[in-house]
Amino acid sequence: MATTTQVTPIIAPPVSAPGPSRLAAVVKRVLLYVSLSVASFLFLLPVLWMLFASVKPEGTIISNPSQLFPTHFTLQNYSDALHAIPFARQFFNTVIFAGSVTILSLLFDSMTAYALARLEFPGKRLLFLLVLLFLMMPTQITLIPVYQLLAHLGLINTFPGLIIPRATNAFGIFFLRQFFIGIPKDLSEAARIDGAHEFRIYWSVVMPLARPALLTLGLFHFMFNWNDLLWPLIISTSNDMATLPAGLALFSGQHVVQYGLLMAGSTMAMLPMLLAFLLVQRKFIQGIATTGFK
Amino acid sequence: MRSRQYLQAYLFIAPSVLIMGIFMLWPVISSARLSLFKSSQFGPSTFIGLGNYRAMFSDPIFRADLLHTVVFAVIATPLTIGLAVMFAVMLNRKLHGRGFFRAAIFLPAVLSMGVMSIPWDFLLDPTIGLLPHWLAPLGISFGDGKADPHIAFAYVVVVGVWKNVGFYMVMYLAGLSTIPRDLYEAAGVDGASPLRQFRHITWPLLANTSAFVFIIATIASLQAFDQVYVLTRGGPYFSTETLVYLLYRKGFNDFQFGYASAVGWVLILIVLAISLTQNLYFSRRQVTY
Repeated sequence: MATTTQVTPIIAPPVSAPGPSRLAAVVKRVLLYVSLSVASFLFLLPVLWMLFASVKPEGTIISNPSQLFPTHFTLQNYSDALHAIPFARQFFNTVIFAGSVTILSLLFDSMTAYALARLEFPGKRLLFLLVLLFLMMPTQITLIPVYQLLAHLGLINTFPGLIIPRATNAFGIFFLRQFFIGIPKDLSEAARIDGAHEFRIYWSVVMPLARPALLTLGLFHFMFNWNDLLWPLIISTSNDMATLPAGLALFSGQHVVQYGLLMAGSTMAMLPMLLAFLLVQRKFIQGIATTGFK
Repeated sequence: MRSRQYLQAYLFIAPSVLIMGIFMLWPVISSARLSLFKSSQFGPSTFIGLGNYRAMFSDPIFRADLLHTVVFAVIATPLTIGLAVMFAVMLNRKLHGRGFFRAAIFLPAVLSMGVMSIPWDFLLDPTIGLLPHWLAPLGISFGDGKADPHIAFAYVVVVGVWKNVGFYMVMYLAGLSTIPRDLYEAAGVDGASPLRQFRHITWPLLANTSAFVFIIATIASLQAFDQVYVLTRGGPYFSTETLVYLLYRKGFNDFQFGYASAVGWVLILIVLAISLTQNLYFSRRQVTY
């Protein structure tokens, strides 16, 4: 694979003066490429294995354990996965959950960030302090009281129960506040003199300027919630309300032997993330480099 | 006029404040209160003071879990950061296929650790796994796989490291891009070896990045759950159980809400202590250039 194709071009340039230092440099370069290729292969291995195993007939996965590439091709695992796990249903749940959380959180985070960055009000410092505190705090501490509260409200195993507690996010507020502070105030002042409402300034002046920050944050929100395990595991109590990570994790615990089916399910669950990564890889990487969000 | 302005601001913050108040602030306070009660899903709860904390610290499973959590963080955090720095330095220069290498190492960061633990589980299985079969000729044995407490722990570490290296690598790449090139040129003229250059130029100048990365990586390690849940369910014999897993098991399998809340508070206190010490340590070593 990539391992062999990557190595060739480096040896190709003609070595004009094969002195000892020149040779050492070439050896070093080759070693660098070899180690990077091996490392890349190892990092990709679980993904490759998942993809390939998902199109292997069930029997060959166990009978040829050392084989990475499929020799026989089948889509049987995919149709099995769609029927065995309520896969379509869980895919839909995950889209609704991650999608709604992303949209709501972008809206609410940006409104609060706007107030923190641009408006004066009593309690502003306290609010910002709380945001910083929630930024550092392990959220698992809230799980039990939130569960009890949702149970009391009858919201366990429902979309509102899954979505509402996640509909604002301390990191989102912090990140957008930093961004809003950087937008020059003259623009909104001009609009204010023209008699525009504060909400109008937020929505039509500041938000369009913040589009790159909102896209990055939206991507993170979506990814984080799409991938999350613990929260949907606790809040959804039936297979029909589970998201894909929770559903697959539960299924893998109960049916250890259906390898092909599990790999097909995992592949479908990871496909949106794989595609998003291929399409907006640069955005992901830039976003992390500038925010350090996790 | 002024009160109208305030009213406007309050309307802006209202949704977030409501949600954070109900689902963050109140639960934090409530869990502190819960941790002082003996409570279950059924029947009334009774106030027992620090009883849960006393019971916890005399519980060998809690003490073992506390140790696992700390050992996991102590092994996984430096390993992850070490690899991240190494790959960042390797991939900071001009190379053919640099984009591919970066993307391959970064890819796990966007995938679900819960879902990806399922293929990992098969890859590492001693009888049907690809890696044990590939590595057998090299004399590397996977023994009983995750039935062996030590190997199970290693699996949990490996998957955690695999997931996070690329993420921190990208942060280090950003850090590296701020180091002025001429520093290396001067060192090159002086004949400093790459290793010396790394020790005396690169690593010290990455101090600001490292300060941030160490804190978030340690805090994230202390909250390990997903791969534990999928790979081992905390087993065998609780040997891979972490504090968050214990909180989950006590809270949502055994419905001992008081005990589970106390576990949560121990976690919070550890995280706070680490954030504070690392902040103090690194703020003294703040580098400007």
